[in-house]
Amino acid sequence: MDVVIVGAGVIGLAIAWRSAQRGLDVTIVDPRPASEASYVAAGMLAPVGELAYGEEELLRLGIASRDRYSAFVAELEELTGHDTGYRDEDTVQVAFDSDDLAFLDDLRRFQETLGLPATPLSGRECRRLEPMLAPSVRGGLLAERNGSIDPRRLTAALLAAVERAGARLVRRRVTRVLVEAGRAVGVRTEAGDDVRADQVVLATGAWTHRLAGLPPDVVPVIRPVKGQVVRLRTRVPFLTRTVRGVVKGSSIYVVPRSDGEIVIGATQEELGYDTTVTAGGLWELLRDARELIPGITELEFAEVCAGLRPGSPDNAPVLGPAALPGLLLATGHFRNGILLAPVTGDVVSEALTTGEVPDVVRAFTPERFAKEIPA
Amino acid sequence: MIQREDERRVNETGTAVRADPLADSDPFVIAGETFGSRLIMGTGGAPSMRTLEDALVASGTRLTTVAMRRVDPSVQGSVLDVLRRRDITVLPNTAGCFTAGEAVLTAKLAREALGTSWVKLEVIADERTLLPDPIELVDAAEQLVDNGFIVLPYTNDDPVLARRLEQIGCAAVMPLGSPIGSGLGIRNPHNIELIVEQAGVPVVLDAGIGTASDAALAMELGCDAVLLATAVTRAQAPARMAAAMRHAVEAGRLARLAGRIPKRRYAQASSPWQGLSTA
Repeated sequence: MDVVIVGAGVIGLAIAWRSAQRGLDVTIVDPRPASEASYVAAGMLAPVGELAYGEEELLRLGIASRDRYSAFVAELEELTGHDTGYRDEDTVQVAFDSDDLAFLDDLRRFQETLGLPATPLSGRECRRLEPMLAPSVRGGLLAERNGSIDPRRLTAALLAAVERAGARLVRRRVTRVLVEAGRAVGVRTEAGDDVRADQVVLATGAWTHRLAGLPPDVVPVIRPVKGQVVRLRTRVPFLTRTVRGVVKGSSIYVVPRSDGEIVIGATQEELGYDTTVTAGGLWELLRDARELIPGITELEFAEVCAGLRPGSPDNAPVLGPAALPGLLLATGHFRNGILLAPVTGDVVSEALTTGEVPDVVRAFTPERFAKEIPA
Repeated sequence: MIQREDERRVNETGTAVRADPLADSDPFVIAGETFGSRLIMGTGGAPSMRTLEDALVASGTRLTTVAMRRVDPSVQGSVLDVLRRRDITVLPNTAGCFTAGEAVLTAKLAREALGTSWVKLEVIADERTLLPDPIELVDAAEQLVDNGFIVLPYTNDDPVLARRLEQIGCAAVMPLGSPIGSGLGIRNPHNIELIVEQAGVPVVLDAGIGTASDAALAMELGCDAVLLATAVTRAQAPARMAAAMRHAVEAGRLARLAGRIPKRRYAQASSPWQGLSTA
């Protein structure tokens, strides 16, 4: 059985790798693999830190994916010889002022109701863990097993693994999904050539609605949500673990990598497909990061870029068979694409081979939007 | 109480029908436009579009603000899509503007993008308090009114400033209860009463609402409507809180119209003493 996967970001690559391993004949189509959101992402693996009221199911999916990460990375690194920069460690979440601390307390109580105890920390304890934190930090939480990975290294490793597993990579832009007799039968590229397959997977992130040929109501609305991210460099040990912070009501994270890169993110902007890096975005990130970690101003400035998160109406991914036979969706991962790559690769490749959707993603199939009034 | 025509109506069997005493029409009108709800919603802070949509529906709102610096009207799946789908009127705001110049520019861009000349005017002084900058606010309001905008300014709870904004030609005044997003409720009810007392345009209590009783209090003080966002969007169950706010605004409005009893120092029995059995 053959399958064409549209989109070679972290999601498409994970699906391609797992599907090829299951013996499917895989073609993955993307003009620029491992670019866009996967390239911009900071790579926090933080299901608990991203917790919001009403998103308990998504938390469970995030934890399921996090629990697969060690084995996923070990297999990938073993196979390809690549280093993905994976770190399985605690993270600290800190509050800048008493309002922010009240917010963290509320979050902690919510976590506890879900059976996820978090350890409250005093300001002093936070600074003992991370001496670069500002003295003004009021307190925080220690979240266990919220690691990180370098998404650029991860996607490079996945690309190698995909090729090694025998999948075909076509560096073209897909312009439309081919539908014949009420069934998806392949895709057409910008060059005008068709890639036909038994099944079509859309791992197209924020660009899902740019594809022509799909009947209405087959794909829920996925909107681009812009995020700007700053990268700094350090030559000296600076942070030992990811620091998430709430600074006067806004959220920020600072992710250190073993190679000295420090990633600060991220803005969240509803501005369509705009990926302009703005003075204000950069300033807000650096301002909040500096409030928490004054020493960051001494670090080398390396890069600032903006990417587009694919946001579904309920912030959760859309996984599994669509209403159109032959079409599967793997999009809408929003802020969690890197985290959810292992579980997405597993469940979509399983759905492709068996036609069954595993229980772990039962709540995330496209059907949940079936009754939505079309926009 | 006005004796209404339909109270004297007689039904088919000839029995007199009493009309619903609550059915007196009580329209909420700003600048000649009637809105079916006195709860104006904001959209900031919602965890997801679906949560926001559920909350807006539960609130019963007919008018909702959108930060024009934060949305692109052409994008599918945006908050504007949600409002269009639910037939809720969009009120663009100038959130995030610090100067009259920025606010006027943002309002003009909003008019161009959305085809509405209505604007919720917000000119804030600093990010820590998000309090309105009164001098920039008056300046921007004057310019926008002169440019044909329907201006609804977010203002301090200062009766003098509110009066000035009305004199300039604003279509409503929207004093804060307490700082945006603080949930501290109405910190100076006396000033709100003074603003209501002297206002010839609708007064909308804007900002600071934390829970339902705050919204009810605003209406009891005589405000014409309440504008809130955070209290709903950041609640644990936003749709449920939105429904609570809807009821609170209705309850507060009814209480205001009904006329509360004077407060007394000592008790007054609700049933008469005369004629009680002494056996």
